[in-house]
Amino acid sequence: MKPQAAAWLFVAPALLVVGVFFVIPVLAGFALSLTDFDIYALADPANLRFAGLDNYLTLLATPLFWQALGNTLYFVAAGVPLSIGLSLGSALLLHSRLARWPGFYRTVLFAPVVTTLVAVAVVWRYLFQTRYGMVNHVLGQAGVGPVDWLGDPRTAMPAIILLATWKNFGYNMVIFLAALQAIPEDIYQAARLDGASARQQLVRITLPMLKPTLALVGILTMAGYFQLFAEPYVMTQGGPLRSTVSVLYFMYEEGFKWWNFGIASTAAVLLFALMFASTWVIARAARGAGPRARQAGA
Amino acid sequence: MPRSLAHACRRLCCLGAGILLLGACTPQAAPPETLRFWAMGREGEALAQLMQEFERTHPGIRIEIQQIPWTAAHEKLLTAFAAGTLPDLCQLGNTWIPEFAALNALEPLDARIDASAAIATGDYFPGIWDTNVIDGRLLGIPWYVDTRVLFYRSDLLKRAGIPAPPRTWPEWARALGAVKRAAGADAYAILLPLDEFEPLLALGLQQPGDLLGDSGRRGRFSAPGFRAALGFYAGMFRNGWAPANRAGAISSVWAEFARGYFAFYISGPWNIAEFKRRMPAELRNDWMTAPLPGPHGPGASIAGGASLVMFRPSRHARAAWSVVEYLSTAATQARFHELTGDLPPRRSAWREPALAGDPYARAFREQLERARAAPKVPEWERIAGEMQLAAEQVVAGRTDIAQATAALDRRVDAILEKRRWMLDRKAGR
Repeated sequence: MKPQAAAWLFVAPALLVVGVFFVIPVLAGFALSLTDFDIYALADPANLRFAGLDNYLTLLATPLFWQALGNTLYFVAAGVPLSIGLSLGSALLLHSRLARWPGFYRTVLFAPVVTTLVAVAVVWRYLFQTRYGMVNHVLGQAGVGPVDWLGDPRTAMPAIILLATWKNFGYNMVIFLAALQAIPEDIYQAARLDGASARQQLVRITLPMLKPTLALVGILTMAGYFQLFAEPYVMTQGGPLRSTVSVLYFMYEEGFKWWNFGIASTAAVLLFALMFASTWVIARAARGAGPRARQAGA
Repeated sequence: MPRSLAHACRRLCCLGAGILLLGACTPQAAPPETLRFWAMGREGEALAQLMQEFERTHPGIRIEIQQIPWTAAHEKLLTAFAAGTLPDLCQLGNTWIPEFAALNALEPLDARIDASAAIATGDYFPGIWDTNVIDGRLLGIPWYVDTRVLFYRSDLLKRAGIPAPPRTWPEWARALGAVKRAAGADAYAILLPLDEFEPLLALGLQQPGDLLGDSGRRGRFSAPGFRAALGFYAGMFRNGWAPANRAGAISSVWAEFARGYFAFYISGPWNIAEFKRRMPAELRNDWMTAPLPGPHGPGASIAGGASLVMFRPSRHARAAWSVVEYLSTAATQARFHELTGDLPPRRSAWREPALAGDPYARAFREQLERARAAPKVPEWERIAGEMQLAAEQVVAGRTDIAQATAALDRRVDAILEKRRWMLDRKAGR
């Protein structure tokens, strides 16, 4: 057997799985986005119309889609830096030699990641409750009037961002912690001998050494945050005034609530394009930063 | 080769004869006919009890009940339709009937009802019955009903100088104003959660004319009728009578009702049992139900509930129909009410003492005579959501009623585009 044939044979099972469970559904989804497949077409295939690019044009002219896109970008733009910042901050604290019981805190801070969102959402809904919630109680002590967190279109998304950040930051924290532990101690010793302050050590050593990890975490978090769905689904059902409808939530409603699979697939294709583009930008930026990080490490 | 084939044949024949002989040996001729019956939520549990009694009186029929949670029901039914595994018999929310009618999945029941001795059409509340008639064909039999009435705190009304619940919109507005004045800044006159479309829909149905025009081809929300309804609805917020809250902002409707946070609440039959159980003892006689006020006198309300439908093709249609008839007798319906608290769709079932003697049910009995079906198109649920969003925008002050209803009509027309195309194509053929 030629080596090449053997190689194909070895990757064939993986290719088959990828083909059946990824490539074919994606192609089928793209094909659906060119039709107006819906409940009527399910009843009788004669009710299926080929729409060409009409779905795309319709979607781009739908105010709710733009609103959903805006809400999603708001969530990504505010949520990703906040989440990564919190992860990095808590990882640095836990890694610090001054931290007591790091194992205990690591477990506590990681706990939200493994809890069920639906159960957590019940608790958070109580926290955000307008008249009896703890958040407003604390704000009230500080003299801030009651905020209708989940009922006011201006505060609903910030509330969702807080919940998502709290729920997710522990995961990245553990990744950062592992990366911090991989930085050789002798670099810091050398820096200290040179008289570098703690701040300088952080900016000149820790952050550059973490750059590849930061890029990885950035890409993963952004890809995850673009797919915002469960939080608004359990907390606000997209309201108030559609202020927490994300692209994925929009897709879910079109597809599984109203059975307009044509439009839903179109939204999926557009979301895919958007995520692909933004991930590519980050990956490019990270690759540009890579060699310098290695230099700093050398 | 031919020899072995003949051999195989002979063996097969022997086997066949053996099976036949075996069949001849068993005493009864026909095995019991098995029906598959899907039911949702609490009704599914009660059904299991009712069906035990049915099986005792109908030894030839066995019922296989599957309980489906409401939240998963719609998806499961559509998936079953696509896979061709729908049950013989099913409980179906009556707003879903138009959708399954569009799928051509429902067995028409007109001929069976004409021949039936057990089910008397005239005994049913007309508005509820009407939800089951799509394009002139009867596709379901009402099983239990759901409409919305006013729940109110009689003591708070009295404190505000209102002796009796309002019957008209002007009376209602007066009562709301008086209750709010008496309640002060921290309480309200009425609770209308901004993410529930039912109260506004009920007000809209009280108006003459339909919400969709041209046999469900276009929205008619900018007609004067709906605009008046939306105006009255939004006015309750603008005047400060209702808090501009979504349902999530109220942690417990019962606790807040008892506390006097609001005096009026538009809700359905399930809340009779809930309020009976949850109102504190000292307030036991301080709440009551009343039919919805209308623009000029007692008004209409929504015709909700669930129906019994038969999916087709079913090989057990005759047996399924006998189950429908059994569940539709006044006696079974009264028993069903005992088990679930669901209200029966037949007037004669309301004569049973459990219902006739319940003062809280009286308003529902009166309201059901004036229940009115929402537009019967598959897209209705989505349109109702859009309607409520328009109302929420008006209440938030983002737009006015004329603009909001015009924009709503445009959105509804876009949603109904496919339906128009199909109806026009059918008419052209």
